[in-house]
Amino acid sequence: MNTTFKVNGRQVTVDVPADTPLLWVIRENLKMPGTRFGCGAGLCGACMVHIDGNRAFSCQTQLSEAAGKSVTTIEGLSPDSSHPVQKAWLKERVPQCGYCQSGQIMSAAVLLAKKPNPTREEIVDYMSAHICRCGTYPRILRAIQRASQEG
Amino acid sequence: MSNSTTAISPRTLSRRSVMLGATGLTFAIAAGSWKPARGAFGLEMNAWVTIFTDGRIQIMSPASEMGQGSKTTLPLILAEEMDAEWTDVRIVPAPPSDAIYGNPGFLGMMYTAGSTAVFGYFEELRTFGAQIRQVLIENAASLLAVRTVELTTEPSTVVHPPSGRKLSYGAIAGFAKVPPSAPNITREQLKKPEAFRLIGHDVMRYELPSKVNGSARYSIDVEVPEMLYGAMLYPPSVGAHLDKLSDVNARKVPDLIGIYQLPIGIGVVAGTPWAAWSARDAITVEWRKDPKNADFDSDTAQDRYAKIVNGDIAQKSALWDKAGAGIEKLSSAASTISAEFRCDYAYHAQIEPLNAVAAVAADGKSVDLWCGTQSQTMAVKTAADTLGIPIENVRFHEMLLGGAFGRRGPRDEDFILPALLLSREVKKPIKVMWTREDDIHNGRFRPLSAHRLEAGFDSSGALETWHHRVATDNVGIFQDPIRYYGPWHERDMISMAGTEITTYGIPNRLSEHFAVDSGIRVSALRGIGFTANKFAIETFMDELARSRGRDPAEFRMSLLHDSPRSAKVLETVAKMADWERKRDGKALGVAYIDYSGSQVAGVAEISLDAKSGQIRVHNFWVAIDPGIAVQPDNIVNQIEGSVVFGLGLALTERITIAQGEVQQSNFYDYTVLRMRDIPEIHVEVISSGAKPTGVGQMATPLVAPAVSNAFAELTGVRLRHTPMTSDRVLATLAAR
Repeated sequence: MNTTFKVNGRQVTVDVPADTPLLWVIRENLKMPGTRFGCGAGLCGACMVHIDGNRAFSCQTQLSEAAGKSVTTIEGLSPDSSHPVQKAWLKERVPQCGYCQSGQIMSAAVLLAKKPNPTREEIVDYMSAHICRCGTYPRILRAIQRASQEG
Repeated sequence: MSNSTTAISPRTLSRRSVMLGATGLTFAIAAGSWKPARGAFGLEMNAWVTIFTDGRIQIMSPASEMGQGSKTTLPLILAEEMDAEWTDVRIVPAPPSDAIYGNPGFLGMMYTAGSTAVFGYFEELRTFGAQIRQVLIENAASLLAVRTVELTTEPSTVVHPPSGRKLSYGAIAGFAKVPPSAPNITREQLKKPEAFRLIGHDVMRYELPSKVNGSARYSIDVEVPEMLYGAMLYPPSVGAHLDKLSDVNARKVPDLIGIYQLPIGIGVVAGTPWAAWSARDAITVEWRKDPKNADFDSDTAQDRYAKIVNGDIAQKSALWDKAGAGIEKLSSAASTISAEFRCDYAYHAQIEPLNAVAAVAADGKSVDLWCGTQSQTMAVKTAADTLGIPIENVRFHEMLLGGAFGRRGPRDEDFILPALLLSREVKKPIKVMWTREDDIHNGRFRPLSAHRLEAGFDSSGALETWHHRVATDNVGIFQDPIRYYGPWHERDMISMAGTEITTYGIPNRLSEHFAVDSGIRVSALRGIGFTANKFAIETFMDELARSRGRDPAEFRMSLLHDSPRSAKVLETVAKMADWERKRDGKALGVAYIDYSGSQVAGVAEISLDAKSGQIRVHNFWVAIDPGIAVQPDNIVNQIEGSVVFGLGLALTERITIAQGEVQQSNFYDYTVLRMRDIPEIHVEVISSGAKPTGVGQMATPLVAPAVSNAFAELTGVRLRHTPMTSDRVLATLAAR
């Protein structure tokens, strides 16, 4: 069965069962492995993408739910790592193992798009959807504050 | 971890390890009777540093990159002494060879663990870098017809100050001759710390930019032509055997390729990951458990371990550490105090689930292997042994590790076996990814433990005797029998590390291990034995202080009189936390650790929600002296992460086992900390001039005792069992 949607501005059509999680369509069919598999249960946030400007756990999103919509993955956040969140992530040297960071960055980008000057509490609340086992939370917090200031 | 009993043959530059090539100059480190190795990798296998005629400098890095940064730090140390311009340097993963790239600080193995990378390689890499610089200077001297002493270097350039002439390293590589003998470098010829341009100055880790745009590649991302997907149905408990299997429904799954009974479980191969998991889940199976662990229950086992350390169940112990008269003076002590502590199983929870990709050749005689491992050479050996082929026929492709924390380093490299075995079956490349549930159910845990501590004071009130008895599952036998029966001499270092409290000036000490071969999977986990042992030791130390009416920080300080670096971190952290200041509704607790030479002290500030029993940690301060701080900001990052990790172990993380089966399945019942759970973390790095020691896990074991001690300060009640969950807090308060 064919499903058509946009990924990073490009129209794509895939022929896979409609109940396949979007995560696996992105990784296996569209060959963009920057969106990560961590728990398969919407608990860790490593798979976070944008759908029509909102964040979504792609492991919990069926392909059919993305039909006709616009999906953004980490590969499409900016062409050259120039998104303010990506720049702040490097300035604060956030990543350790880095595996969860695609998802963290995608969430942070939505947060700042919706709320350019979030309070500390709002950042903590929003980002607590994610797990970083390396424990880079203090730097994630600082990087979001930096991105908010430096826009 | 120190491995001082094993001699490592010193490697150094020798004349025949300098190689001239068409593109540049290559330097190899000679190991003992070094000869150019002609394996699958050819001559390049020996190259450690290559200077290209266009000025690029390639440096091999033997460390695995799991987020700790030493893949960058090791080449940086070499580049410092060689005086290379950092922007000229390209870091390349070193191919698997213990002889050439093994860590002198880790039994000569290529094994990134124990926070030993910088510590282990530091002196060798500096000397090697200095030798390379000297070879370049000697070559420049002959071209310029000047004496070598007239020459010096600027980054990537040899300079002749009297004439102002300069030669770039790349230019020298174009005409260099192999020196008649390898330069001899003395310690005095190494750079003085004030001349460091790279050490002590943070650089961008080489792989960091790839981690903000999705281009970083872990083995789970590997895709090779014709690759298929595997899934494993593992036995529910260690050693269980297959009794009955029905795969009727599994065979109806579209895209299924085959179902295979393997020595490690049942393997499924399909055209997509989704199909592989669906087919796996559709198999119905009955198992016959191993009597050794069929009835294993973690709670009753821990009660038994407690009886063992209390002497109620007789068992022989293995001596770990003894000083002075051991425990001889306990019976005649003026007063004694004893206490019992317990710690539960804990899980690594690296966010990249374990996985590997293997492509066994159609003739079965060679393999390509992609995986993220803490030991490249152990992965290669395992692949070779599993397939019955020589190690030269294993082409190893090193990938980034999406977290490890000790899980990606067992001797059997269990996580690469499914891909190897299934690829051999189907003669196609196979990727096997564990789900999170697979990763937990087949986890290898920080062992269950019980501890009994007893201290004796003399008539003057001085602490004169210390006795620590530990019972755990035997990690060494399970994780690495080769090291356990070899260099460890049947002493379980993973369980016992940290019980030798050498910096506290306690004259008579004994620590002993009651190892239980429980048949449960156990492993090193960030902080190894320190996490459990220091919880017991540092909490007990607080009880001793209070029993003498002493301030816990001051009491420790008085014991550290002969260890100025230890006293300094304790003093520093007390200042950072404003230790003397009383807080309303909050309290402070302190802990101190000598972790393989790194001196660390921490203070926790907590409050308690008396209704829910939840401990809230508001601030955590750490002072660390890791010797020379090679990459200071990276050290801070590691300490922050270590504290978060330690706080999870202290408060919430708990694996339980019933009938030999792991009871947890995903992050809803194994709860690791999130941003909302963490305190403000304050770190001060004291860069003393000492040889650098580890930073990757040293703060983790500080957290549980500091929190427990703060709880005692706040409530007057002791928490003696980690994790200190809300339920346990309420039960402990109710029982007072």
